[in-house]
Amino acid sequence: MPNSAQTGQFAIAPISLWRRGMNGLVTLAAALAVVLVLLPLGAIFGYLIYKGLGSINWAFLTQIPKPVGEAGGGMANAIAGSAYILAIASVMGVPIGIGAGIYLAEYGRNRFGDVIRFTADVLNGVPSIVVGIVAYGIVVLSQGHFSALAGGVALAIMMIPTITRTTEEMLLLVPNAVKEAAYGLGVSRWRTTLSITLRTATSGVITGVMLAFARVAGETAPLLFTAFGNQYWNWKMNQPTAALSLQIFTYAISPFDEWHRQAWAGALILIVLIVASVSAVRIAASRGMLKGAN
Amino acid sequence: MGVGIKVEHLNAWFGKTQALHDISIDVPANHATAVIGPSGCGKSTFVRCLNRMHETIPDARATGRVRMGELDVYNGTAAVQIRRRIGMVFQKANPFPTMSIYDNVAAGLKLNGFHDRQRLDEIVERSLKLSALWDEVKDTLRKKSGASLSGGQQQRLCIARALAVSPEVLLMDEPCSALDPISTGKIEELIFELKENFTIVIVTHNMQQASRVAEFTGFFLLGKLIEFDKTEKIFTTPSDKRTEDYITGRFG
Amino acid sequence: MTGPQPVEKLEVVSGKRAGAAPLIKAGDSHISDGIFHVAVLSCGLCVLALVGVIVYELITKSSLSWHAFGWKFFFRSEWDPVNEQFGAWPFVYGTVISSLLALLLAVPLAIGVAVFITEMCPRWLKGALAFTTELLAAIPSVIYGLWAIFVMVPLLREYVEPLLARYFGWTGLFEGTPYGIGMLAAGVILAIMVVPIISSITREVMTAVPQQQREAVLALGATRWEMIRTGVLRNARAGILGGVILGLGRALGETMAVTMVIGNRPEIARSLFAPGYTMASVIANEFSEATSDTYLSALVEVGLALFLVTIIVNILAQLLVWSVTRGMPARSHA
Repeated sequence: MPNSAQTGQFAIAPISLWRRGMNGLVTLAAALAVVLVLLPLGAIFGYLIYKGLGSINWAFLTQIPKPVGEAGGGMANAIAGSAYILAIASVMGVPIGIGAGIYLAEYGRNRFGDVIRFTADVLNGVPSIVVGIVAYGIVVLSQGHFSALAGGVALAIMMIPTITRTTEEMLLLVPNAVKEAAYGLGVSRWRTTLSITLRTATSGVITGVMLAFARVAGETAPLLFTAFGNQYWNWKMNQPTAALSLQIFTYAISPFDEWHRQAWAGALILIVLIVASVSAVRIAASRGMLKGAN
Repeated sequence: MGVGIKVEHLNAWFGKTQALHDISIDVPANHATAVIGPSGCGKSTFVRCLNRMHETIPDARATGRVRMGELDVYNGTAAVQIRRRIGMVFQKANPFPTMSIYDNVAAGLKLNGFHDRQRLDEIVERSLKLSALWDEVKDTLRKKSGASLSGGQQQRLCIARALAVSPEVLLMDEPCSALDPISTGKIEELIFELKENFTIVIVTHNMQQASRVAEFTGFFLLGKLIEFDKTEKIFTTPSDKRTEDYITGRFG
Repeated sequence: MTGPQPVEKLEVVSGKRAGAAPLIKAGDSHISDGIFHVAVLSCGLCVLALVGVIVYELITKSSLSWHAFGWKFFFRSEWDPVNEQFGAWPFVYGTVISSLLALLLAVPLAIGVAVFITEMCPRWLKGALAFTTELLAAIPSVIYGLWAIFVMVPLLREYVEPLLARYFGWTGLFEGTPYGIGMLAAGVILAIMVVPIISSITREVMTAVPQQQREAVLALGATRWEMIRTGVLRNARAGILGGVILGLGRALGETMAVTMVIGNRPEIARSLFAPGYTMASVIANEFSEATSDTYLSALVEVGLALFLVTIIVNILAQLLVWSVTRGMPARSHA
């Protein structure tokens, strides 16, 4: 115990009420912020279920839209169209994205690689509407019409930078020892990268791809004047195609109650698909990752 | 039968730092040669120069001549080809985490284009028997992953993997340093058996291990080869004072 | 315990068996390695090419409008497709105001959430909270818009805007009929959308502040808030600013939700109740209906401006974030 005669004037004063009050106030304010932020989240999900769930039935999922004014009909073509456009986008975006990620991880530990990394991050910030303009210019103008291909190109442009960065990150997690084991066996560089490094990082890479998927699946702006939308089924790559997000938009801004109702239903389906894939990714990540890169 | 390795004037650098100075050594065939020395003396670097693993590190290079039997390791042959004839076992066991035990052992063959199923089965069994792991894993070859084994078993798996490609030389970089004494003992027994048919170079910082398994020993210090002779001689009547100081524990 | 098998019983093969061919082809892999290198390099170059293509398209397709109106394009207010007179000022104004309003609302909330999650939250709650704020980021813009039109806007119209008009009408910011739809609605929905980004970056840079900094302040007898303020926030300042600017970048480019609630009228008004228009919205609404080449070119020019502004803002933000987290985190903040 310090001798009070010596330390009397330095005895520790109790912490002031002002400072304690400030501390409590700030804690309260931060908690309030959390509540205020979670409120809209709850409200959105709540309303989606409240307004949308009732309208989801077999008819909705299997029929195409009915003419204006008629009740009923569904978004089957929009759901299928979204899948179709996403598939086209993936065929282009996933290989390029993974390839670029491999390049950055294996050969890109230098200035040039940094330039590519930086560019990918910049690309991630390009507004989706601008990507739509570019896809319009490249595909729609040269073909002379809106098309699923154009929509696919737009979405691919958005997928590539995301997939590139996550692939690189996952490949870098593979321990050097594993690669050395392969080199020590006389396995060539390319074989090691594909059969060992990529194989070990597979679950992580797939995670990245699915995240990119989830991100572009809900995009509307880049499809507005590329895929453009369609009232009917379309499986041709060079014709306008319906998409779930486009359909929701068109219905939401329309003056018809019937369409509003269907917009909610479509939105619910869209959000369920996205949340499901994001959650699946999370679960796979926490389990798959441990299995992959030891 | 294994082949001997003849090293002449080997120098190695990491960027600007020179790690090996003018090493010349004759590693005899079908014997185990131990490489000892204090930390940082270049023994790992030396061994990694023998199968050109040294150059996988960015900014690393080596000059000099290394001959394995009739083959010139650095001139005229690709590194990949060399490494298929020299096997390596690393300090920390590194089985391929996504592959089963079977696939791990077969990896060196499969990844290099050999796919004959029947022969592969034979080779896997033979390699696992050679590395004294067969009885412990023969029932779970394809079911368990390489990474699910214990540390000592993983290292024996790595030895089996290295042996499966029928190398002429086996390089071992402190293979037991991460293992418990019992696993270490098993692997030492293994080396004893293997040297009848392979040339083995084993890096170790454990002098007792060197005297147990190797007929020849090379003592490295600060990137130079100080002395190379029969193990017995090194440990009883070393010629160089520095060797004697290390052996008797005055440093290192 | 199994001892090593006696070696004589096995067919030990080492080196080359006399007369038998080696198991593995002794081929060189230089060519295949080279092909592989070129293949992945071209994928990497694709990334660079993409930016090039984007810039090229935007510049060439907007040149018509550029030559017709020059710099003044961004300062004129006339948007008359019939007479082919185009001026983008109302869109620039709308974009800036809606984004600033969004930041005003979002920054305190986002930092508050980040502080709570990083420093104040009980451990068991942390993961759930972090997950839910990131869930907000996963909701597509069109769904935000849908909810905004049918739920948020009526709320604004019935309750919030009359309140604002009554108590703050004197500022001139809350005049006119509260339609619900308008600049205020756009700002609010943007704020909700931008909070997750600012919050997640703030959390990242706060976590990057080393524990010793916190301990040093606590050891001086500070309260938790004081520790956060001087030990964490001060150190993470640059990064938080980066996060805010990144949020700004996102707000500037946001299209669908804004289009659905801002009213889509190229007018400039002081009141936040009035409808407005943003750069992204005008493109979204009018691009596919653009009847003339000049019309389309004007819209592309708006797109070019939007592109340049968001790129600059994003680069600035990235640099700020890197200065705190030191280095290039290989993660995209979508």
